[in-house]
Amino acid sequence: MDEIFHFIIGKYNYWASLVLLFIGLYGMIAKNNLMKKIIGMVIFQTAILLFFVSIGAKRGATVPIIEFGPDKQPLLEASAYANPLPHVLILTAIVVGVATLGVALAVLQKIQRVHGTIEEDEVLEDQRQ
Amino acid sequence: MTWDASLLWQFDLLILLMMVICAIAALSLKDLVSCAVVTGAYSFLICLMWTEMLAVDVAFTEAAVGAGISTVIILGTAQYVKRRSKD
Repeated sequence: MDEIFHFIIGKYNYWASLVLLFIGLYGMIAKNNLMKKIIGMVIFQTAILLFFVSIGAKRGATVPIIEFGPDKQPLLEASAYANPLPHVLILTAIVVGVATLGVALAVLQKIQRVHGTIEEDEVLEDQRQ
Repeated sequence: MTWDASLLWQFDLLILLMMVICAIAALSLKDLVSCAVVTGAYSFLICLMWTEMLAVDVAFTEAAVGAGISTVIILGTAQYVKRRSKD
């Protein structure tokens, strides 16, 4: 019973990223306001990034910066540091996500200028006329 | 990230719970400026989460870019467009 508890509850990061991923997907699909669709996209991206960095976390590790032991020798075991590869990839993905958000908001301002609203059904109604 | 790989799992659970609350609030509030502010709070919370997971470079990039620039541009757009949302 205790093993099952640790197996299910102990991976809380993955459960939380799953919940956030579905919240963001709901916002992208079901919300009518285009700004809320964009915020849902941000939440969706963030959930995936959280899942990816959670893989690189490690027991008993420290931040991935080289430390020196008591004999002034650099500590070079890979098990002493958290895995820096997901950090690098996610660092790139954050910057790409902000660029995507900026382009999406620029398109949103153009939609407001042309159609006078950012509600999806009103924009579609305005396009039909 | 498992039960025994974190620094303080109580903080992890608290931060993740607040992130879920902020995500639901950012999608359900009617005022778009409130949505922008709550999204900034969400970015700050995930910045704390990354500090907890020993990804310090990702954490301060998120603090500068996610909680800084994203909040500002969403706020500027929310003031430009129609401020009240229907849903």
